[in-house]
Amino acid sequence: MSEIKTYTVSIYTENNIGLLNRISAIFQRRKINIESLNTSISEIEGVSRFTIVINLTEERMKKIIGQLEKQVEVIKAFYHTDEETIFLETCLFKIKSDLLFEERQIQNIIKESNARIVTVNKEFFVLEKAGRRSEIELLYRELSAFGIMQFVRSGRIAVTKDEMKISTLLKEFAE
Amino acid sequence: MDTQTIKLQDTAVEATQRITGKEAIIKCLLAEGVDTLYGYPGGAIMPVYDELYKYQDQLHHVLTRHEQGATHAAQGYARVSGKVGVAIATSGPGATNLITGIADAQIDSTPMVCITGQVASHLLGSDAFQETDIIGISTPVTKWNYQITKASEIPEVMAKAFYIARSGRPGPVLIDITKDAQFEEFDFAYKKCTAVRSYKPVPKLNPESVQAAAAMINAAKRPMIVWGQGVILGKAEEEFKAVVEKSGIPAAWTILGVSAIPTEHPLNVGMVGMHGNYGPNMLTNECDVLIAIGMRFDDRVTGNLATYAKQAKVIHFEIDPAEVNKNVNADIAVLGDSKETLAALLPLLEQKEYPEWHNRFKEMYKIEYDKIIKNDLKPEKEGLTMGEVLEGINTVSKGEAVIVSDVGQHQMIACRYAKFNKSKSNVTSGGLGTMGFALPAAIGAKMGAPERPVVAIIGDGGYQMTIQELGTIFQTKVPVKIVVLNNDFLGMVRQWQQLFFDRRYASTELINPDFVAIAKGYYIDAQRVTKREELTGAIEEMIAAEGPYFLEVKVEKEDNVFPMIPTGASVSDIRLE
Repeated sequence: MSEIKTYTVSIYTENNIGLLNRISAIFQRRKINIESLNTSISEIEGVSRFTIVINLTEERMKKIIGQLEKQVEVIKAFYHTDEETIFLETCLFKIKSDLLFEERQIQNIIKESNARIVTVNKEFFVLEKAGRRSEIELLYRELSAFGIMQFVRSGRIAVTKDEMKISTLLKEFAE
Repeated sequence: MDTQTIKLQDTAVEATQRITGKEAIIKCLLAEGVDTLYGYPGGAIMPVYDELYKYQDQLHHVLTRHEQGATHAAQGYARVSGKVGVAIATSGPGATNLITGIADAQIDSTPMVCITGQVASHLLGSDAFQETDIIGISTPVTKWNYQITKASEIPEVMAKAFYIARSGRPGPVLIDITKDAQFEEFDFAYKKCTAVRSYKPVPKLNPESVQAAAAMINAAKRPMIVWGQGVILGKAEEEFKAVVEKSGIPAAWTILGVSAIPTEHPLNVGMVGMHGNYGPNMLTNECDVLIAIGMRFDDRVTGNLATYAKQAKVIHFEIDPAEVNKNVNADIAVLGDSKETLAALLPLLEQKEYPEWHNRFKEMYKIEYDKIIKNDLKPEKEGLTMGEVLEGINTVSKGEAVIVSDVGQHQMIACRYAKFNKSKSNVTSGGLGTMGFALPAAIGAKMGAPERPVVAIIGDGGYQMTIQELGTIFQTKVPVKIVVLNNDFLGMVRQWQQLFFDRRYASTELINPDFVAIAKGYYIDAQRVTKREELTGAIEEMIAAEGPYFLEVKVEKEDNVFPMIPTGASVSDIRLE
């Protein structure tokens, strides 16, 4: 319980303005750094899903879940370890197009990393790679040697191995 | 679900009519049963005030002298009446001045709806005159908040605001309304809110947890109850009394829980916490089962958690799941509304008495009485004590008064010694410790319980934080009784400086004005007591007075409040001197 671990927090919420502020304030107030944060729609129409990655002890994690679920517009919050989820991040590299023709090695890197070319024009090409953080970091290091014009990486997105049962929960709320 | 105060017959849809947003707000307030609200006008809320003018025969608006006073008055009203308190203010500084009261209501679970005006929606984010992001500012201290920019949102949002404020664990809600939405016309119809999809105010009662709790309680040798405000908020006073009497378990209270059962109840063993009674604090660390009911194990109650009730099994009756295992791990958690859970528990309890165990509390009370209480209530020294003033009020009011206290030494004395016959009688700022709370809260308390005497007990420091509310008292003629226990010090801070900072009295001595002259400046009857022989007569005169009354009592300058559990110490390291 006292060991610091990486947890993926999944929060199902109403889609209302200001909720991001309310949720981030729960972490801010306890001086917990948010490693990454993603918001999107979920499998249920009208329900949003926050995916937040944080490092802390399980004991504190449980208390944070309690504070999250206490919010009026939060339907349910879960926390999971890496082993309990299927997760990835995605990233984009913008690189000079010349390099694609002049540096044979780049083509090999792209092939081996399972990265995908999104677009190519005379000036630059854009490479997209989805995967674990370590794979993205490896690709970043390899491409750095040739020069990266722009780089961006998304927050983690994750689905859990267990069921979430949000529809059932929503029915219970209605009871 | 007795706490769900919304009844089905109230949810009928009113016929649709075309009105402005400003009028709709008034109609929503009336539909929610609001009769009194506290506030201060200003540019962005002026349209609503224009409607308040038209509806003044149905809605009593009390003009406080500062928006903070409006929130505390709304809190006082809510705490004694059990209804939702309402405060209203303009945008910008009007709105930010509400924040202290909102934070106080949040930590003390007080149902309150605050309405703020906002600049017109096309000006949002333009740094317009008196524009402030009150939604952003109030988010961490509200149970819920929402900004209305279209009149059509008003009925549903207002209904939701009142439902959220009063249901489950109550709390403050802030609704910010842009000026254009106040003027806009729309088709108004009102329907009370009875559910919000993502919000489950009361956890479903689990009969197994109640059975497990009953079995543990029945098998206990030295059980002890600590109850909090959850009993009062759940309107569970009768159920609670029945549980205490059937189980025969000594019961102690937190300062927000007091008055749920009468002070003189034979099983009431006193107050827990930093300045609580000797017995219940010491015996917290000797009981074998600790039954916490509607309380949240605040650090001022538990002292050092590492040495708090470690020998005991803990049963926690609680409405808010986030409170379970937050500070103290529960062996059994009974989630739900206290009225429901205690009613379910009662038939499973064995009729019992614990005479030997109860005697331990009595023995410890005797020790505390000889060492502290006697000297507080019946002092032999020359200077007046705060305790004897409370004792005088008890004698005259016979436990029928609502006592509103501020924050500091006088508050601890008031909570320790005030006698209560009725529930909802102790109004004080518990969690936030807001100096300046009492004077405006007393105004609201008197309006929320007009048939009861309301006595505000305030220190000379806190009094001056909201002293301008004397103007509200004068204007409304609300007959509150104000007692300032004046020691010319910020007494509690001075006490800590004496005990923990080698008497370095940094910025705690106050050079005070003539408080009696100030009260009289507001045309409030007032007198000052400096001698013991004048005290009883002055209290009698104050209680008998028809209108508001101000009584200043000059008390000993450097008295300390004991017992005391120093910060970070264990409850069983409680000091008697």
